[in-house]
Formats: sequence, C-alpha cells, structure tokens
Amino acid sequence: MHPFVYAAPSTVKEAVEILTKHGDKARPMAGGTDLLVQIRGGRFDLDMVVDIKKIPELTSVTNNNDGLVIGSAVACHQLYEDDDISKNYPGLIDAATLIGGIQIQSRSGFGGNLCNATPSADGIGPLIVHSTVANIQGESGTRSIPVEEFCTGPGRNALGKGEMLVSLSIPNKGKGFGAAYERFIPRNEMDIAVAAVASSILVGSNGKISEARIALASVGPTPIFAKKASDFLIGKEANEASFKEAAAIAKSECSPIEDMRGTIEQRQHLVEVITLRTLNKSLERIEG
Amino acid sequence: MVNVSDSKNYKVIGTNPIRHDGYDKVTGRAIYGADVKLPGLIWASIVRSPNAHAVIKNVDTSEAEKIDGVFAVMTGKDLPQQEDQFIDHGEGTENVAWSSENIMATQKVLYKGHAVAAVAAIDRYVADYAASKVKVEYDLLDAVTNVEDATKEGAPILLDSLVGDHLRKKVKNTNVASITRHEFGDPDKAFANAENVVERTFTLQMVHQGYIEPHNATAHWDEEDRIKVWTSTQGAFPVRTSTAAILKLDVSRVKVTPLEIGGGFGGKIPVYLEPVVSILSRKSGRPVKAVMERSSVFQASGPAPGGTITVKMGTDKDANIVAAESSIKLEAGGFPGSAVGAAVQCIFAAYDIPNTRIDGFDIVVNKPKSAAYRAPGSPQAAFATETVSDELARIHGMDPIDFRLQNASKEGTRRADGVVFPKVGNVEVLEAAKKSDHWNSDLGTPAKGRVRGRGVASGYWFNVGLKSTVNLSVNSDGSVVLVEGSSDIGGTRTSISMQAAEILGIEVENFRPSVGDTETAGYADVTGGSRTTYATGFAAVKAAENLIEVLKDRCAIIWSLDKNDIDFEDGTFFASKDPELKFTFKELASNLDNTGGPAASSGSVDLESAGGAFGTHIVDVDVDTETGKTDIARYTVLQDVGTAIYPAYVRGQMAGGAVQGIGWALNEEYYMKDDGTQANVSYLDYRMPTALDLPNIETIIVEVPNPGHPFGVRGVGEVPICPPVGAIGNALHDALGKRFYDSPMKPGRILNVLGKISD
Repeated sequence: MHPFVYAAPSTVKEAVEILTKHGDKARPMAGGTDLLVQIRGGRFDLDMVVDIKKIPELTSVTNNNDGLVIGSAVACHQLYEDDDISKNYPGLIDAATLIGGIQIQSRSGFGGNLCNATPSADGIGPLIVHSTVANIQGESGTRSIPVEEFCTGPGRNALGKGEMLVSLSIPNKGKGFGAAYERFIPRNEMDIAVAAVASSILVGSNGKISEARIALASVGPTPIFAKKASDFLIGKEANEASFKEAAAIAKSECSPIEDMRGTIEQRQHLVEVITLRTLNKSLERIEG
Repeated sequence: MVNVSDSKNYKVIGTNPIRHDGYDKVTGRAIYGADVKLPGLIWASIVRSPNAHAVIKNVDTSEAEKIDGVFAVMTGKDLPQQEDQFIDHGEGTENVAWSSENIMATQKVLYKGHAVAAVAAIDRYVADYAASKVKVEYDLLDAVTNVEDATKEGAPILLDSLVGDHLRKKVKNTNVASITRHEFGDPDKAFANAENVVERTFTLQMVHQGYIEPHNATAHWDEEDRIKVWTSTQGAFPVRTSTAAILKLDVSRVKVTPLEIGGGFGGKIPVYLEPVVSILSRKSGRPVKAVMERSSVFQASGPAPGGTITVKMGTDKDANIVAAESSIKLEAGGFPGSAVGAAVQCIFAAYDIPNTRIDGFDIVVNKPKSAAYRAPGSPQAAFATETVSDELARIHGMDPIDFRLQNASKEGTRRADGVVFPKVGNVEVLEAAKKSDHWNSDLGTPAKGRVRGRGVASGYWFNVGLKSTVNLSVNSDGSVVLVEGSSDIGGTRTSISMQAAEILGIEVENFRPSVGDTETAGYADVTGGSRTTYATGFAAVKAAENLIEVLKDRCAIIWSLDKNDIDFEDGTFFASKDPELKFTFKELASNLDNTGGPAASSGSVDLESAGGAFGTHIVDVDVDTETGKTDIARYTVLQDVGTAIYPAYVRGQMAGGAVQGIGWALNEEYYMKDDGTQANVSYLDYRMPTALDLPNIETIIVEVPNPGHPFGVRGVGEVPICPPVGAIGNALHDALGKRFYDSPMKPGRILNVLGKISD
C-alpha cells in the first residue's frame, strides 16, 4: 500500500471527472468495507480514493408505489429499518440483514456490493430476482442496464472508464410477489457463501406463476441469472412439485469450481437444495 | 459444583473477586505487545517464502537497501551459525540449530511463509515496500504436506541433516524424525482371545490456536551489547533463554519484558521475531518492532499437528477392555518435534487396560513447525480412542458412560506408558456426567429437516509442575505487592494472589500482583501445561508462609517477646501468653518502621509432577441432512479440577476449551492447495466458530483435590479441549447412524458420508 489522495466530491459530475482523469488509479468508495481491505491486501494500487457518500443523491432512497430507487452509496440498514421497503422487497432484505455484521451493515450497501462483482456477492442475486436496473453515469451521459448484465467476471463489471453506478431502480411488483435469498455457510455469520440462491415468483389469483426469477451465487465466475429454471416456472402451479423441477434445472445452470470453501459436487447439490428452499419461502411470503 | 472432598472452610479460595487486571482490560488501557512505543522506534517487515519447499539459491538485498527510510536489512546469515544444541523449556526441548533455521532460513525454505530476510525502516509501509524489493532465487522442490506422503518411498526429504531415531536405530535420509514404542503385557495374545475387536484409522488436519493477538516483538540492542526485548509471550524467561541461545549471548545480556498477552494456548512459547528485531536493532542502532500479519500467523507460527492415528481395542464378553493398540503419526511441520510424545501418554489414559502397545511417529512435512496447542496431542488421540470406545459400548449394548465407568482408570492404574496414577477424578467425573441434567434429559425435537443426536467422550491431560518464584512485600497500608514471572493468560495474577491471601488471612483485594520482567521477577518456566495456578500458586503459598515467619519476628521485636511465643491465626498475630497483645495484618503493616525495615519474602518451587485431570463432555448436535450443516444444540463440560480457586475462571477455561474443540471438530483445518501452500490464511476462511455458532456451554465442576498441592489444585486449562472432537463424532453417529473417522466433520464431509455427494 502506498499513500493515496482521498477525494470527497459533492456531485456526481465532479466524481465522474475525477474517475475519468485517474482511470485505473482511482476507485469510488461507498461503504469501503471491501475496498479498504483490498487496498491493504495489494489488489489495487491507487492514487485516488473517491468517497461518494458526500453526494446527497447517492445516499438517498426513494420509495413509492411504482418502485424503489436506491442511491449507490445507500447502506444496508437504511433499507431494513424501513417497514414499507422490508414488506415489498423481501429478497433484498434477506441479503441486507446477513451481509457482514451490524457494523458492516451500517456502512456497506447494494451499490458497492454490485460494483465489487464477486461471484459470492450476497446482494447481487436478490437484485437480479427483484428485476433491478442499474443506472450508470459517465462523461458522455447516462445509461441503464439490467443488473444481470452488470457483472462480467470475477471482480469485473460493465462500467467503462470514468463511469460510475449512480442508483438502482427496483420495480414494485405488488400483490402476489414473493422473493427470498438464502446462502449456505458452515457457520451462522461472518462467512462467504459456499453456494447461494435468490428466487422470486409472481403468482396470479389463479395460483399460476406469471413471473419467476432465480439467481445463483458462488457457483460461477459471476452471479448467475438461471434463465432456464426461471422460464420453466412460468405458467406452472406455484407448488412444491414445480419448485422441485425448477431446482433440478437450476442445478444444471451453475458452473462451480472446487476451492477451500467447497467442492463442485457439493455446490451443485446445494444449489438444488437452496433453490427449492427459496422458492418455497417466496410462496410462503405471498401466502403469509 | 460437585465436591467430592471433605469440604474445607476457605475464605478466599472458591470466591470470584474482581480480577486485578479487569479494569485496565475492560477500558482498553492494558498494554499489549503491539502497543509498545519507544523513542526512535522503527518497523520491521519480514520477507517470507512463497514456496512450500525450495532451496535458497541467492538472496539479493541491494535494491531494498537503497530505498529511502530503510535502516537495516538482514538475512539468515546474520544469525550466528549453530551446531545441534538442545535446550529444555520444561515443556519440550528445542534444538537451537533448527530453531535458528526456522526463524530465518539460510539453506532451504520448508513451508510457505518461512522467513528468509527482514527489513527495518522508518514506518511499516516503507518496511513492507522494501521487503517486497528483496529478491530471492529459489530452486523449487516437491512438497509433502501430510504424514502419508512424507513417508512414501521416494518422498522428497526435507532435512538432509536429520538422523531419525527409529526405535533407537539411527536412520538417515528420512522424514521420520522418531519412532517410539511403549508396550505392556501381551497385546497380541489378548487381542487373539478378545470377544470383540474394533480397529479404525483416523485422519486429522493441522489446526491453529487462533489467538486474537498476532505475534509481536520489539527489541533494542544497546551500546553495551545488552538487548532489551518487549513481547507478548507465555514465558519471558524462556524467550530470554531462546533469544540468548540463538544470538549466542549469555542470558544476562538479554532482558525480556512481557506485555499483556492476547491469547497463546501454547502458540506463544516459541520465539519467531525476537532474534530478528534484535539483529535489526544492532544493525540500525534503533529500537525495532515487528508485528505479524494474520496470514503470517497462520503460515509461520506454530499450529497443532494433523496426522493419522490408528486405534485398535478389544473387549472380553463382559465388556472389559483387555487390549489396546495404537499407531500415532503426527506432522511436526518443517522441523522435528510434534506433540506425538504427549499423545502417546494420553491416548489410553482414561482406561484401565492390561495389555497395550503404542507406537509414536514424529514426521516432518512442508508445513509450519508445529507448536503446543492446549493439551498438545491429546485431542487428536482422544478423537480416535473415544470413537472406538463408543463403538465397543454399542456392540455390548451398553450406555457409553457405563462402559467408560466399568473400564475407567483410577488411583493405582498403570497408564500405558508406565506412570501409575495417584488420586485422580476420572470415575468421579463420569459419575457426575451420568447424574447430570443433560445426560438425563430427553433429546427433544429438532427443527424441521434436521436430525438430533447425543454423544459423549472423555479426555485427559497430565498437567505439569516445573519452576516458579513468587516475591511478596508488605506496604505500610497493609497491602501486599506480589511479583511473579508467569505470564498471565487466564487470570493467574488473581488466582495466585488468592492462594497467598488465604494463607495470610487477608482479602485478595489487598494484593497488588504483577508479572515482572526477567530482571524483576524470580525465575518462572512457561505458562503452559496448566501449571501456573498450580505451581506458581504453590510458590505463592510458600512465600506467604515465609512472610508469616518474617512478621512473627517483627511482632517479637515490637512486643519484646520470644518468637516462639508469637502465634498467627486467621490473619491475626498474637502473643500466645498475653491475649491483649495482638495485631491484625494491617495493624502490623503500619507498625513495621522500627522493626528492621520493610517486610518481604520469597517462595519458589520446582515440582516434578502435577495432578493429571480428566473431563467428560456431553453434546447434542442438530444436523441438516440436506446441507450437511451441524449446529450444537446443547453442550455440557464436566471436569475434575482438583480445587477451583476462582470458579468463574475455571468455568471460563472449561467452556473456552470446549469451544476450541467444537471448531476443531466441525470446520477448522489448514486447507492445503496442490502446491503445498495453505489456502485459508484469514479468519474469514479458517472458520473458527463465532458466538452465533455456539450455545451456552454448561459447566459442572468436579473437585477431587490433588494431594500434591496445598489447596488441591490440578490445573484446568487444557483438559477441556480433549473430548470435543470425539464427543461430536459420537453425537453425529447417534444422529445419522454413520461413523466419522476424519476431522473436521465439515458439511461437505457429512454430505459425502450420507451418500449425497461423492467427493
């Protein structure tokens, strides 16, 4: 680690200017809970750390009937301390309450978690199953992409030079929507997922599934949107039998490696187990 | 508390006073090794091997030396050349030549993280940067990281200089540093006649003590060639001995000041940094400080050995164990000296077995040199024995506690390696376990999707005695200054003072105890072997008794009487023939001025043996059979502690040992990559249990006083880590109907044993 400059711009425009100027030698910092550890560990050799928490729109949350917009520096606790958000976005809340401990949740949030783009990120699967759109700003303007297209590899994302994530837009699916996120860790906290699954379903009054999204983590180079398993559920009855079939398909959509956290077969097995569990939990939440 | 002895009427022993170091630790004022700041202090950074096994071809420090802010650079060649020389620390001997090579390699690196050079610079960042500029050329060798690979035909040999002692035969070109055999009776014949024989082979992985505070050391080598060392250690005197030996100096040239210690568990006995910062200080003229990164603590300190253990036990038709045999192969790490010797002593200690054979193998592998970890060798041994014992109990259709009771070692039993037990509490502990609420409670119903099982296991540790000194001096306000040299890891300042207070008949709050440096305190061996409350406490008793004699002399002067006419009882000095003449301790303390100066005393001991102790643990586990995850639903620790001086500390030790054992059983391991390096070098991935992974650990203290100590102390800290791995394995069998012979019993392994995955 060598000395670096700390910048704390007050507007997105200013932040984008700094990031554009310094390129790879600068990183935006939201909670800093990953970035500071990475700098100390020698992963980045930075001249500039750009604290984005002083930009008001990046730390604000807008919640209305249409949906939720969260700034890219919003911390986990800002979401789970809000009862309305907790009710309508259960998958996000599952993740927000289990990332790190209370101290970490008071600093870190979904924006940083997404940009950090680790395969095991707890926040990204829930964002995917909540049909989230990432809003990006750079020198040449703004653009928006679905979160499932945001991560391009381990630790790599779709941001171009000077671009930064500004906010996440999450639609309110209303009645009949349920979502859940679960990860498997050998302990009960402070751990990285061996395998994790987020699921969501939208169930009509006829008991049939009209929308479904399943996302997998820690079982591929990026969080995976399990499209085949998700599509399979559309039009099916929302019940254990359908969920079991979807879970088996999800298992086939992952591509894990073996490492100190688990073996390939263990992770594939866990994907099937947790997909079924999160689909069941999503349905319980609709019925509950 | 189960008190098996005649209850004595103690005033201080058995109470839980506010600990003397409590306020400073709770408020953060206590000074630890990393807090040391001195004028002109500079920082060291260590250059470590990225390879598990390689020959060092060249170390080029020239670029590092040119960097602004760098004061000194050293390599292993700056340490004095050593011949083989063995020094005794009480807890194991040390070959100085190997220690020196372990501290900084000159010829070969034997594990990833092995130090090869060091830099001292103006601050930590400059030091780290300069260290990264030291160029080391290696010739890579194949690495062996477990006892099986290390003993295969054609395995790469770690140490050319190693001459193995294989059943007293000298063997060269081997990774097996020693093979020992302890045999008694006729085990082969007894097995042939046995009704049931169970033989199993177990594997265990290297684990780390996991103390929170990393290793640290600060040294100043002054113009008189005297070295002052400040460090967090389990023994200032052993640090002095090792540092002086490695630097080839007289011990009187090294002064070691121990700071508060953030955990050791056996791992803070060896020296790693002290000789390095000393040399850097000599070269730079500045005081130099080093603090290990966590990844270095994992890769380059002294974890506990993994290995392979085979246990075979046979019973007759009445469920008496008639024979037992074991082969214990433990990995020493890069240099000889695993805990196999202690494992041999412990493996069958809980049982009275007439025919035994135990073979112990000490094997070098490309992993950090193992060190002591809480009852070194015994938890590994107990996993094997207690699993086989559980299988035999089931074969005989017996309650596992009844089976253990029927075969329990007791006073007069010959331990397999030859020691005959004095009064020990194995039977009393098992009886207390049988009567415990936990053992008699229903298993209850686990959450949906989970199955529950209950297991039990026993464990043993011999504890040690060794040398200690306590010095007392009386202040005019009636307080007593107590100075001793045993590092205080488990609250021993208070437990030692309590014993002196009991003798002097005063409250322990009147004591000002401290752990002195090597030029303030009298000699003390390491805080290890659960010896400190026992042995240093014993020295405190002697010092207090000596102080009473000194104070009787003073009374005799004040009252103009013969000393023989002065009596002492219950904290009061009085003239036996004149009841009007009496002093409380405090009154006498304020009247010492014209009696010959301040009153002081000393007490020292050199204890050959200690009171060995047994524990039995009961555990209920809940297993998610789809994910393989185990939760501890209930856990009870029972242990014979002799006499509990400070019961709250005793319970803390019992619970703490169990918790470390739970981590060992469920998740902890050195996960080795194919290139022989450890993958999980952070607490994130090493996976010790956190508070959320543990229930309240219930503790039942059993007191069978040790006849070899004035108050009956046995030593407490190590026994409780011995039973957990076996107890949890037995509980998993009860829950799942499958036996586990490999530790850790992590989720993937459970899924594998259940047949849900194949690897």
